Parts: sequence; C-alpha cells; structure tokens
Amino acid sequence: MKYVLRRLGFFVVTLWACLTINFVVPRLMPGNPAIAMMARFKGRVNGSVLHALEIAFGVNTQQSEISQYFSYLGNTFRGHFGVSLTFFPETVAQVVRSAIFWTLGLVGLTTVLAFVLGTLIGMVSGWRRGSKIDSILPPIFVITSAFPYFFVALLSLLLFSITWHWLPSGFGYDNTDTIGWTWSYISDVLVHAILPALTILVTSIGGWILTMRNNMISTLAEDYVQMAKGKGLSPLRVMLNYAGRNAILPNLTGFAMSLGFVVSGAILVEFVFSYPGLGYMLLEGVQNEDYALMQTLFLLITVAVLVAVLAVDFVTLALDPRTRSQT
Amino acid sequence: MSLREGLDRLMTGTSGNLARAVAGNKKALTGLTLLLIFAFMAIFPGLLAHDNPNAEIYPRSAAPSASHLLGTTSYGQDIFSQWVFGTRESLFLAIVVGGLATVLSVLIGVTAAYRGGVVDVALSLFTDVFLVIPAFPLVVVIAAYSKNGGNSILIAVLVVTGWSYGARQLRSQALSLRNRDFLAAARVRGERQWRIIVFEILPTMTSLIVANFLGAAVYAVLAAAGLQFIGLGNPDGMSWGTMLFWAENNEALQAGSPLWAIMPGIAIAALGGAFALLNYAFDEIGNPSLRPVRRARG
Amino acid sequence: MASPILDVREISVEYLSRGEPARAVDQVSFELMPGEFLGVVGESGCGKSTLLFAIVQLLRAPAVITGGEVIFKGTNMVQMSEKVLRAIRWRDYSIVMQSAMNALNPVTTIGAQYADALRAHQKISKEAILDRSRQVFELVGIDPVHLGSFPHQLSGGMRQRAMIAMALLFSPELIVMDEPTSALDVVAQRALMVQIKELQRELGFAVIFVTHDMSLVSHFSDRLAVMYAGQFAELGATSSVFADPMHPYTAGLLDAFPSVYGPKVYLDGIPGAPPDLANPPRTCRFLARCPKAMTICAGPAPEFYELAGRRVRCFLHDPAGGSDA
Repeated sequence: MKYVLRRLGFFVVTLWACLTINFVVPRLMPGNPAIAMMARFKGRVNGSVLHALEIAFGVNTQQSEISQYFSYLGNTFRGHFGVSLTFFPETVAQVVRSAIFWTLGLVGLTTVLAFVLGTLIGMVSGWRRGSKIDSILPPIFVITSAFPYFFVALLSLLLFSITWHWLPSGFGYDNTDTIGWTWSYISDVLVHAILPALTILVTSIGGWILTMRNNMISTLAEDYVQMAKGKGLSPLRVMLNYAGRNAILPNLTGFAMSLGFVVSGAILVEFVFSYPGLGYMLLEGVQNEDYALMQTLFLLITVAVLVAVLAVDFVTLALDPRTRSQT
Repeated sequence: MSLREGLDRLMTGTSGNLARAVAGNKKALTGLTLLLIFAFMAIFPGLLAHDNPNAEIYPRSAAPSASHLLGTTSYGQDIFSQWVFGTRESLFLAIVVGGLATVLSVLIGVTAAYRGGVVDVALSLFTDVFLVIPAFPLVVVIAAYSKNGGNSILIAVLVVTGWSYGARQLRSQALSLRNRDFLAAARVRGERQWRIIVFEILPTMTSLIVANFLGAAVYAVLAAAGLQFIGLGNPDGMSWGTMLFWAENNEALQAGSPLWAIMPGIAIAALGGAFALLNYAFDEIGNPSLRPVRRARG
Repeated sequence: MASPILDVREISVEYLSRGEPARAVDQVSFELMPGEFLGVVGESGCGKSTLLFAIVQLLRAPAVITGGEVIFKGTNMVQMSEKVLRAIRWRDYSIVMQSAMNALNPVTTIGAQYADALRAHQKISKEAILDRSRQVFELVGIDPVHLGSFPHQLSGGMRQRAMIAMALLFSPELIVMDEPTSALDVVAQRALMVQIKELQRELGFAVIFVTHDMSLVSHFSDRLAVMYAGQFAELGATSSVFADPMHPYTAGLLDAFPSVYGPKVYLDGIPGAPPDLANPPRTCRFLARCPKAMTICAGPAPEFYELAGRRVRCFLHDPAGGSDA
C-alpha cells in the first residue's frame, strides 16, 4: 500500500512541477514573449477567457505573482486552458480533444506493440545466443536504434510515398472522405497510419530487443535457470517461466523511463506526416507562437507519460512478489 | 619513436588494457572510426569542400555532378559544402552538451548517494521528476519562448533535459560503492569528504561516467537535430539539423532534391550511431558476460 | 554383489577460452553403489563442483565434457540426447544446489515450482500434486502452508530444506548435492546434515556430496574422495581415510584441523598454490607443495593405485615398485 501511495505522490509532484514550469518559464524569458501574443487576442476574445490567459502569462494583471500562480493552478484544474491562436476561435480544450484520439491510437498502440514484439524477440535472441538469429538481429538494431525518428520518417516518406506511390504522404485521412464509422473511412485511416506506425515501430523496437537480450543473458547465468533445466522442464517452459519472467522485470522499468523518449520521437513523426495528433498540434502551436496551446499539450503529454509509468509500476508489482514485501 | 613503438607503448598499462579492449571490440572500432572521420571533417572542412557553404551563387536545385557532389539547394548553395561544414556545429553541440550534462549528472548523482538522508531524498525526487517529464516537449516549450537565443540557449535547454538519466545511474553505482571497505579505510585515514569523492569514488566509476557522456552525446545529437529541424534552433547556423529545416521548408523531397534532406539525415544518424556503438561497446567491455560468445561445439 | 548405480569412467571436462582450454576435471573414475553416501572434498577450484555438474549433464558454457563416460543405471548419459535426458531428470536423479535463494525462481511460489517438476514427467492431477508436495514438506519438516510462499519469505534453513524436499519429489535413486550447507551457520548445518542422513536411511537413495568442509562430511559419508587439481588424490572408506590418510595432501588437510580434545598443536597449512589447469605439469600435480616428495616424483605422474579397497595417486603407495631414494 505504501508503495502505491508513494507512486501516486510522485505523480502529483511531477504534475505540480510541470505546472510550475509552465508558469515560470515565460516570465523568465527576456521581454515576456506572451505580451506579443496577447496583443493578437485583444478585442477578439471575451473577458473571462482573456483574463484567464492574462493570469497564465502574467500580463496586465494587478495581482501579485503568488496569487497569479494560484489562480493559474485553479484555472487549469477547472479545464480553462485558454483559446488557441492557431485554431482560433476554438478553445485549447477543443483542439486537444480532437487530437488526442489520433495520438493514442497511433503512438499508444505502436509503442505497446513495439515493446511486446521487441521483448519477445530479445528473449528468443538471448536464449539462442550465438545462433543465426542472435548474430544478425541485434547488430542491425544497434544501428537502427540510433536513427533519429524523423530521419526514418523522411526516408519512408521518400520511398513509399513519393517514389513508389504506395502509401499516402500525410494526414490522418483523405479530405474527400466523410467522417464516420464507414469501412471506407476506417480503412482510409488505417492506410494513412501505416507509415507513421511503421516508423515508430522500426525505430523504437531496437532498444527493447537489445535490453531484453542482455537481461536474458544475465538471467540465464542464474542458478535457478540451471535448476529448472536440471528438473527436466521443457526448454520452452524454462525460457518463458524461469528466464523470461525474471529478465523482463528490469525491462519494464526501462520501458517506463524511455517513454519520454518515444513520445518525443512520435512528435516528430507526426510532424513529418502531418498526422493530426497531439505532437503535430504542439509543433503547429510553436510555429504560430500559440503559447496557450503549447503549454497545455506539454502538460497533457506529461500526464500521459505519467499514467503509463504508473501502469507499468502496477504491472511490476503484479509480476514481482518481492516488491510487494517492500511496501 | 617509430609507429610500432608508439603502439606498443599505447597497449601497456591500464590505459593499455582499455586500448586493447577497444581494439578487440568490433563495435568500439567502428564507432571510434566514424567519430574520427567526423572529427577530421569538423577540424579541416576546407580540405574536403572547396565551396563556401553559405554562398548562394551556384545554379539552383542542380542535380549532383562533378562540381557539386551532392547538387545544390533551391537557394543555390552547394550541398556538399554545407554537409561538410555542418559537421563542426553538430559535433560541437554533441560534445559540449554531453560534457556539461555529464558533469551535472555526476555532481547530483554522487552527492545524493554520498550525503544520503534528506539530501538524497530531495535530490532523487528532483532527478526522478526531470527523468519522467518527456524531454522533447519540454525542450520545445522552453526553446519556443526564446526563439532567437542562438546556440547558447539550445545548449542550456539540452543540458537541463539530458542530465537526469545519468544522475540516476551514477547514484545507483555510487550507493553500491559507498559501503565498500576501501572507502571506510579512507574515512578512517581522516580524508576530507570531497577528497574521498574526487579521488576514491570517481576513479572507480570512470567507465560509467564515460558511458554516460556517450549516452548524453547521442541524446544531444538527436535532440539538437530535432529542434533545428522544426525551426527552434538557430536558422542562420550551419549544422545538419538546419539543413534539414531548410530542406523541409523547400519541400526538397517532393521537388526532386532529396539529397538535400537525406544526406544530413544520414550524417546525424551516423554520428548518433557512432556514439551509440561506443556506448554498447563500453557496456560489453565493462561487463564481460555480454560479449559475443563462440558457441562450443560438441 | 550389487552392481553400481553410477559408473564414472575417465570423465574429463575442459573450460574453453580464447587461449589454452583449462582442464578442470582430468580423467576421473569411480563407482557408486545404491544407497551409498560419497563425499567429495577439496579446496576451491579443484574441480569438484564441475565434476558434479558434468555427471548430471548440467555443465554451462564454456565448460564441455571432452572425454569419458557416465554410466547411470546402465546407460551412458554423455551420449544421451537432451530429449531422452529430460525424461529421466529429476525422476531418476536430482540435484541440490548451494544456495536455495539463488536456485529457486524468485517470482513464483514454492508450490508452483514443485508442480512444475511433477507435471514435466507425468500427467498428474492438481490434488495429486498437492498431496505429493505436502508429503515431501512433511519429510523435511516444513509447514505445508509454505507451499504458497515465495522463496524470499522463508528463512535460510527452511529454504534449503524446501530445496531438498523438491529433490525428493520422485524419490530418485541418486541425489547429488553441491555444498548445500555452506550458506548456513554451523548449527543449521549440522541439523541439515542429520536430516539428510535420516532421509537417506529411510528412502535409500545414493548421495554424492561435494564440499570443502572435510570435518562436516566425514561424520556422514560412507566413502570419501579427496580431489586435487582436477583429479582424485585419494578415495576410500571414510573411517580409513581419516584414521590413516595415504596421500600427503589428505594428511595436510587433516592436519589443518585442530583437535578439540588433543594437545594444542601448531597448525600447519599447506604452503603454495594448485597448478595452472590450462598447463598442468607432466609430473605429480602435488609435487610443488609435497613435504614427502621423492626423486621419482620429478618424473611422469603416478597412476591412481589400488590398495586393499582404497585408491591413491601417490608414488609412496605404488604397489609395484619400492618407495624412497
């Protein structure tokens, strides 16, 4: 129980840190850049929304910094994220709502898939060390894992879309289609998702394979694996239940820690393919100096990562009985 | 001293052990070779590329030819020159950010481990928070506010987001060292705390510190490139990331000058790859059980 | 005269490496009768654990069996395919390792690990699994409630006993033990040894017990083998070996233990270190440290001579020639 509370506490602290960063950074920058942004809003937005924005960026208010800070926190928790410059007059909340499913679908699914596949391949690779599989796959992935996401994205765009015209070159779906639960729409969405998904998969899977393989090799040296073999268990059982189940534990922690990195890569992938997810919106916001949108997306992305980290924590708790005793 | 004698000298002693280990490891050799090539390109760009990378005097969007190995941009600049001259800024960023981030990691990680107690709890929480917050979005947000800050802001932002992973690793290792006998002996001898940290603990952690530097360098290369690509770096600078930015802005891929985008991409991947290879090699050197094994026959 | 349950003939094990392979076990031969308790003692690095794992075909890379046979119940295990081996593992022979904390899977319950072994060799119902698990727990004196515990939740002594219980699941005819008491304190050590001996008397299995603790094993073993630098230096009935050690190395080992009752004596160690097994000397391997070395010892190494039911690898007891000079 203590463990759960500690993790939740960490969640809250990190959230607070993000909010504080959002509040403090614009005020630290020379010549508060938010002022220019505010000028573009003047006269186009109603009073309370304008006021919320002013508080968020410390412009034109008579309040002290401290009370501004608390007002900002209050506004955030009530969901008043402000209005988006890029998609004016939509509120930030509306923009986010439309983008979030695209990202969850693409990035979420692909990351999980990459982790699962990567772990399996890594497990088999470590188990059959020195075999053909092991001598070919890991070195390839040492190299691919160093490729920047956007480079792989550009390459696949060039190859599959521009040169060979197999797949579309961007966006979530064809503009000519009507949105709805029709097969033509759904298949269109899937086709548009192939390249971005493949990019994320190919670039991130390498890390999982390698770490799982190395963990597996260390685990295989353990006595209990030898003992399992000595008991006459089938190799499959030894690989999965004795070696695999222990080798995956550090990998899970690694997954949580590297989620931030994967998310970062996903942002650039969305950018290259103009895929309408959170990352793409973030970068659009950057181009347009839409600070309100940027800050909220940053917050949201962090929350997503935190939730995933918490989920992994609980999975670890379930898989490793030793952590339960530590509570 | 002949070359042979020099190599012999290099191969003896503790640094010799390291040199031998590196030479025997294929990954390390590949990585090191790549790095040396890039270093050469960075230090003597003029030897390889004769045209001025910034001059917009050549025919626009020309295809690769004998006088323009990689063709020209849509502004009329020689791509090959840009590519060679761009090495300097990219390598510089990698090393500076890598170095500063490592210094920060060591300071925070080792202090947390050595002081323990409240200091440790506070520093660890601080580290974990920065570790969990996704770096790139944070970097984007901070960089966006300071659009025209040039390279120093870029470096600062990358260092701030890149130190946390190393700090965690170093803290772990320092913790496991803290109770070792040789440190107790130093304490009993009356050595002052900072001396113990610098002269006893740090040397034992050298391989981890080097590995951290390499990891931070990879991060720096990729993150800097990413930032420059979306326009948050210094657009007037000359680096691979900025090349990508201008290429993307001018739709190089679609317009038929794919090399303008592909070549800097390859270079970024290669530089990052070189650091990554060295990093994995260091893992293997430090942990012999991970080395490639020849399967026993019979 | 019953036939031996285990017949090890000239077994050799080498550790492959980039340079010269190191021969950890050099043509060791011995026989084991049903129900016999054989102790194998020697200093660290003499090859006793390697020998044990070679016998049960559980060597790990880079160790390989490079020669010899291990005839267990009539068949040569060295030649057996992994598939055939798997069928007889645990059923006909089992292993007890040094540290139960390391030998038991940390993320599954003890009961699950017992069930694993039981199911691997037969179709068996859940109740039967539970029954048998409870039975073996009773044999070693552990409360059956611990079937649901994880290894880290038990005390050191209990864990070790749980491991022994696991080895008894199929009432095998041979159990090999690799220093199972080394991780325990002296009191727990003796208690465990007494329990093992009792179980052996009750169930009739043979035991090969590897340890560096000569005094401990001597109270319980029928025969004793002293191993040095990859070879058996001496092999014989425990009482004989203790009363009258033939090999100078054995004598040296015994002299290193103080007597509780006798007068205070200056303790002699055995100076020097064992030879490099990648390049073993052509002479007797103990030559460099032997207080009784003779001129003949500088020549080719002695055989494993047989004398009145005992065996010894020393020119002092060469039945053919005379000694000294």
